[in-house]
Formats: sequence, C-alpha cells, structure tokens
Amino acid sequence: MSDLIKAVEAPVNTNLPELNPGDSVSVHFKIREGERERVQEFKGVVIRIRKGGNNANITVRRTASHGIGVERTFPLRSPRIDKIEIQRRAHVRRSKLYYLRDRTGKRARLKEKRH
Amino acid sequence: MKGLIGKKVGMTQVFDESGNIVPITLIEAGPCYVTIIRHPKRDHYKAVQLGFGEAKPKHLSGGQLGHLKKNDLPPLRYLREFRVKSVEDLKEGDQLKVDVFQIGDYVDITGISKGKGFAGGIKRHRFHRGPKTHGQSDRERAPGSAGAGSTPGRVFKGKKMPGHMGTARVTSQNIRVELIDPERNLLGVRGSVPGARGSVVMIKEVRKH
Repeated sequence: MSDLIKAVEAPVNTNLPELNPGDSVSVHFKIREGERERVQEFKGVVIRIRKGGNNANITVRRTASHGIGVERTFPLRSPRIDKIEIQRRAHVRRSKLYYLRDRTGKRARLKEKRH
Repeated sequence: MKGLIGKKVGMTQVFDESGNIVPITLIEAGPCYVTIIRHPKRDHYKAVQLGFGEAKPKHLSGGQLGHLKKNDLPPLRYLREFRVKSVEDLKEGDQLKVDVFQIGDYVDITGISKGKGFAGGIKRHRFHRGPKTHGQSDRERAPGSAGAGSTPGRVFKGKKMPGHMGTARVTSQNIRVELIDPERNLLGVRGSVPGARGSVVMIKEVRKH
C-alpha cells in the first residue's frame, strides 16, 4: 500500500488484544443516542478477521434468542471501539468460520484451545 | 480562482470526529504554478493555466522550457487550463497549494476514465440483458434491434451500439473535500474520482451546487 495512504490512516488501537478466529469475545463499543453516549456490549465468536489498515475489521457471531444468529462487523480502528475482551479461545482449523452459520445448538460448539 | 492539478493516489476510508466511516480518495495535489493567464484581450477567452509535477529539463522541449522560464518556474510535467470568470485574482508565477480548499468545500474533479476496451451494449449503454431461458439462444447480452424496417430503411445516427468505452474525459461534480494535509500536499475527497491510480486529475471549483 502506498505510504501516502498509510499517512492518513488512524493509528493501530494498541489496547486491543491479539484476536484469532474462534475466540469468544465481548466487544464494548460506544453508541450515540441523541446527545448521550453509552457503551454497548456484544458477545460472540469471532468468525472472520479482515486486515487492511483502516479497513481492518472483525465479524462477531452470536446466537440470540430462539436460535437466531446475529452477526456484527466491527472496524478495528474505529474510535467507537471501547475495548475487546477475550473470554475463551477455541481450537479451529480454518481462518473463516462460515460453517458455523449452518450449525445450531451442540454442533455449533468449538473445542477449547489447549495450552 | 481555486483549482489544482493532482495525481490520484488511491482510496481508503477514514473515521470522522463522531466515529463514522467516510470513504475517501486521496489525491496528491499541488504545488501548482500559474504558468500563463489567458486574457480576453489577447486570447479572446479567460482561463488560467496551471502547471504541476516537477520534471527533468531533458524531458521537456525547448518551447516548453521557454514557456515556463518566462515566469522563472521549474520544469513542470503537466499543464492544464482552467476556465475562469475573472482573471484578476491571480498573477503569473503564483503558487497554489492544497490549502486553497477547505474541509467541507465542494469541488468538481476531472480525469481520464479507465479504459474498458471494446464493450458491449450492456456495459456501455446500460442496456438490459435478454432472457436466459424460454428457448433463447445467443440472446443474453445481445444488443437487440437496431431500429425499424423499410421505414426509415436505415439505422439512425447516434444509435447506441457496442464499441470502445473508457479512456474518456470524465468530470465528477460536487465532491466534498474531507481531508487536507498541507505537509504532504494531500487532498482527500469523499467517494470515487474518475481515472486509475496514478492518473492526473484536475480539481476545480464547483459549477453547480
């Protein structure tokens, strides 16, 4: 990428942990409601990580009530990201976990990473 | 007059003060020099010619060098004329940098679009595609009828047909300036801009807003 493009991009958010696909995370991000600003939490599994400077983002999937899957994509360099906490790391064999979309219940579980 | 010549760097996205993502095109614009002013008295029209991009003297012809030397300007690779309403506010030899524009200004940007080669009617004139099924063969991207039969007995001039597309002068109007970096001579404008990366673009004041 051109150095000129790098020059205008936001700095890397250094207080974010190192993220991997399969991690169960809780993303805290600021949302604006009229004049007020509050922090909302989104918990789920990282199913995709995209790199690319300012465009870097992660997609987090969680299963909401009635087994309905919800996915949200968060730009990693956004000033609206407050913090990301890793709750669990799973052992996965691919970088994009799209296969989780076709699975529900017990089959949608991921094995915990052994250290 | 406000205007610049620049080189398209590429696209990225930035965050505005409230954290929204803004898609921008970066242009390395200026410094530009006023190389000549076209006066109505002498040239019968009003325009300002700007020059951009330092070049080695050996890459310019003697005539080009002499033209620039008149105002003690460095050898410049690109010269472009900007039509203006008044020629009073600039002098020959003046320098224009990105700070002639401000964040929030709207500009028109002219460039040479990317070449598409010999393109069919669907890409070139936004024709509709034909049916894929119902016994059709070879009709999916066909141009259709070129006109009526014995009357008029010919195809009208200007009938939209397949042909060469792109590599044409294109102006995108009312583009918002989102970012200015005078140190790096960088201009960031919202959305896309005609042309390939590295191509030369003209940044002009808006005509309609």
